[in-house]
Amino acid sequence: MSRLAVPKTYKLFIGGKFPRSESGRTTEILSPTGTFIANVAKASRKDARDAVVAARAAWSGWSGATAYNRGQVLYRVAEMLEGRAEQFVAEIVEATGVTPAVARTEVMAAIDTLVWHAGWTDKFAQVHGGANPVAGPFFNLSVPESTGVVALVAPSTAESSLLGLVSSIAPALTTGNVVVALASESAPCAAMTFAEVLSTSDVPGGVVNILTGDVAEVAPWLASHADVNALDLTGADTALALECERAAAETLKRVVRPGAFGPTESAFERIAAFVETKTVWHTKSLA
Amino acid sequence: MTETSDDVLALRAARLYYDESKTQDEIGDLLGITRWKAGRLLALARDSGIVSISIVDSTSEADVHAVDGILATERSRAHGVTDSTSLRAFVHGLPAVDAIGLEERAARLATRSIKNDSKRAALDTIIRLIDLTTLEGADTEGKVRSLVQKALLPDPADPTAPRVAAVCVYPDMVRHAIAALGTRVGDGVTGIAVASVATAFPSGRSTLEVKIADTRYAVAQGATEIDMVIDRGAFLSGDLDTVFNEIVAIRRACERADGTRAHLKVIFETGELRTYDNIKRASWLAILAGADFIKTSTGKVQPAATLPVTVLMLEVVRDWFVLTGERIGVKPAGGIRQSKDAIRYLVAVAEVAGEEWIHPHLFRFGASSLLNDVLLQRQKMTTGHYSGPDYVTVD
Repeated sequence: MSRLAVPKTYKLFIGGKFPRSESGRTTEILSPTGTFIANVAKASRKDARDAVVAARAAWSGWSGATAYNRGQVLYRVAEMLEGRAEQFVAEIVEATGVTPAVARTEVMAAIDTLVWHAGWTDKFAQVHGGANPVAGPFFNLSVPESTGVVALVAPSTAESSLLGLVSSIAPALTTGNVVVALASESAPCAAMTFAEVLSTSDVPGGVVNILTGDVAEVAPWLASHADVNALDLTGADTALALECERAAAETLKRVVRPGAFGPTESAFERIAAFVETKTVWHTKSLA
Repeated sequence: MTETSDDVLALRAARLYYDESKTQDEIGDLLGITRWKAGRLLALARDSGIVSISIVDSTSEADVHAVDGILATERSRAHGVTDSTSLRAFVHGLPAVDAIGLEERAARLATRSIKNDSKRAALDTIIRLIDLTTLEGADTEGKVRSLVQKALLPDPADPTAPRVAAVCVYPDMVRHAIAALGTRVGDGVTGIAVASVATAFPSGRSTLEVKIADTRYAVAQGATEIDMVIDRGAFLSGDLDTVFNEIVAIRRACERADGTRAHLKVIFETGELRTYDNIKRASWLAILAGADFIKTSTGKVQPAATLPVTVLMLEVVRDWFVLTGERIGVKPAGGIRQSKDAIRYLVAVAEVAGEEWIHPHLFRFGASSLLNDVLLQRQKMTTGHYSGPDYVTVD
């Protein structure tokens, strides 16, 4: 007796839960050879709105956690990803048509990216912050703090359907930002499986929210959203980036333009793109 | 004779006159003075404060200590409620609430879709119906002043946003609200009303004397509306007389010297009354006792206002209107934080009681964080993009 296959329907990742799109829409994802892989939720502006609310609610907890603790959590994500590496390799091969060796290289790079950022969490302030020389009996300290809610358009190529997303999310998380990520339209399955990894590691609900669907439809809503503090357009094409940057100008927002960083680049400057510097004075003594 | 001895004589004369009921003649004989001198000494005793005379109005405090029976009101008499027995018979003779039907109806009302122009109108209406509230132990004069500023100008960036109906504060904060409002105090339509919780809010666990004094104090400070709590302990243990008489007494305490009266809202704390039947009984009892408004909760007990409870109370005021032609107000309070929820309440008001009730004199939202959410929704409709908490005042 032959068995009927049970194809997976991918949903969104908002506030630590996996809801369907509020709009009820889905799109079919096909492999490069044209065979059906899965149905994926097509997010609407209201899903983006809900994701921002969830992210904002999670911000005080995540940014208030100790840097050491954030490092532990990011390392835990790497551990969980390592454990499911073979699943990712298989999904990437099916969705993009690359060879298993190429896919495995990418998954390993994604794991290493997470570990690299886990290491930076409690060292970043030492490098980016500092004690400023002042002409008085005071300490004058500059400390980097997280910007807040970061909306990002994840880049993706056939060789980086997972790595592009991880390379965008990890730098923002390192300093305590919370994220609303728009997964690439061409490779949403790896993104949503990564969401499953996040939800089974120790990342608090709402710290990372991942939406799939029509990026050009949803991204401008996030760009104009007054409660989004920063925008990473690394994965956006020129026209979309222009539209988003124009919308972002209506509110005070940090914007990372396409091309500022490579799609899979891990760099100190990429972490520094989403921090605010707080400077404080403190007396050296009462004498 | 020196003045000191006059004082001593006046004290003795007052004792003999008031405590021992002697005549002025007898006092003269006993103290060895003339009866005219005795009369002058008694006058001195009154003027100097040795004797003070107070007249107790038997219709106020004395009455509310009535051990048997209730202080029947005009409303209650018109419905045959004149004593303990008839009150009990009336309240327990009310038809039972169909809980499943009520919840189903509330759920159905909550599914209405209010969009675009209707939504815009609903948001503005909600603002006009809000009793902007701060009821914290940490309230200060400054906090009340900023609350009043927010009540007058909810959205500083958009002057088209309407004013709220009232501010709601603790009794000792009333004077600060009054001072900050100045000439803009009104009844919710003409200006901003000042509501004060009273009667040992939120628990209501104190003596009637304290509750009356609390209410009088708030009214004297200038409160135009009093939000009292019923004695839930008495209600749940079946002592309806106490609950009824307290409402009557507090309504009297709301009276001002000039004959006008602060409006009385009666809070049931529906979360503590437990059943829909109890809430229905309390609603009728409060209306019979003289409530101008019936209010769900204090906001200090969970669950606070819910849609089914509000629908039930709206049904009671609708029935009262059909019966008497008189409109009683309803105020859900506590737990209404989002515009979406508030719009559902508006739908319920229009559908259950009637659109006449969508008026600050007949319906209010007791809320604090609701206003900011409504303002965010308004901004979204005006600008076309989602707004954020950085764009409304912090409170």
